[in-house]
Amino acid sequence: MTLLPASRAWVGLLLCGVLATPPARSVLEATMTLQMLVQIPLLAVAGWFVGLAIPHRIAAAVARWNGGGIPGLLLATFVGMVWMLPRMMDASVDEGWFTLAKFMSVPLLIGVPVALSWSRAGFVARGVVLLELIATAFRLGWLYLVSPMRLCSNYLLSDQQQLGKYLLGIGIAASLALAWTLMWGHIRVEYVESKL
Amino acid sequence: MRSLLASLLIFVAGVAMLSLATNGFSAFTTEAARRIDVREHPRAVPDVNLQTARGRHIDFKSLRGRWLLVDFIYTRCIAYCSVQGGVFARLQDRLAAPIAHEKVALLSISFDPEHDDPERLADYQQRFGDRGAGWLAARPVDATDLAALHRVFGVTAVPDGLGGFVHNAAIAVVDPRGQLVAIMDWDDPRAAARFVIARLGS
Repeated sequence: MTLLPASRAWVGLLLCGVLATPPARSVLEATMTLQMLVQIPLLAVAGWFVGLAIPHRIAAAVARWNGGGIPGLLLATFVGMVWMLPRMMDASVDEGWFTLAKFMSVPLLIGVPVALSWSRAGFVARGVVLLELIATAFRLGWLYLVSPMRLCSNYLLSDQQQLGKYLLGIGIAASLALAWTLMWGHIRVEYVESKL
Repeated sequence: MRSLLASLLIFVAGVAMLSLATNGFSAFTTEAARRIDVREHPRAVPDVNLQTARGRHIDFKSLRGRWLLVDFIYTRCIAYCSVQGGVFARLQDRLAAPIAHEKVALLSISFDPEHDDPERLADYQQRFGDRGAGWLAARPVDATDLAALHRVFGVTAVPDGLGGFVHNAAIAVVDPRGQLVAIMDWDDPRAAARFVIARLGS
């Protein structure tokens, strides 16, 4: 990334602002697939940009509590789990406070911690996170594909099944990519102090 | 050491947050959550104005004093509600005695009042074999009343793209004081009947 820290922060804030506009919300919340695979990930990306712009002094202070990036990745995992609950996806569409909570917590509690933690995470921590993400894609994909019941009151069963197929596709693609990297790619096993 | 402490704190806070967001790991969907919430915190049904299939206007309050089994429908429905109507007709049989004593009534409310005029509501009841007593079909007259019913009963209807709706069909139970006390599976009329009969005795 060749952007200056300040411009990274602006990219993140701008992305967040655009996602929060009513037209973007109505498009991205119209289907379960778009909310889960586009809106929430883009909000996390916005936070990641903001996280990269955090001044070194503050980042270094946080790093003392964030050994190996594990606390940060743990935080992002829990917040991610909360927004994967069907009822939370419903509530974030129906209720103002939950909308606000989603637009604040996904960037600040997923994107920012990942930006501050990923470069500090060792081989094992990264592997655990990646494998868990892939496993989650398979688990949820399978659940959405076979569940005869609508899990979100706001979305149609056909939409849920389509999301299931996409998640299985993502799981398969990510597994192949990971396998490829493990066999032929360059993997940094030891911990290296990040330069951000 | 500090990082371990931070991880532990995040873990505890994370589990607490997940527990809070799922009513103690029991409700992962909005539907499950609405049922638990209604059981634990009965909700007063607002005094909405309804127009029945006979064209008469009634206030919800006037239905107090008996147990009500309420479902939400739209008469054009070719999915659940095409069976829901039959379920209510069967409930008329099952609850014939308490209905005759005016202790129980069945109420189907349309969430598509623009289309479902009294004539269509009457036709809906007839189509599913209305036994003639104790089953009212009605539509809210006022848009704010419809919104209030949606909110209190937790009814969501999503356009299905084919001109109809997909909705969270259920049988809602309102007690004689006008409190919504339970939401039950729409396809299990026996459970709904048992629920009411058990409470009639007391």
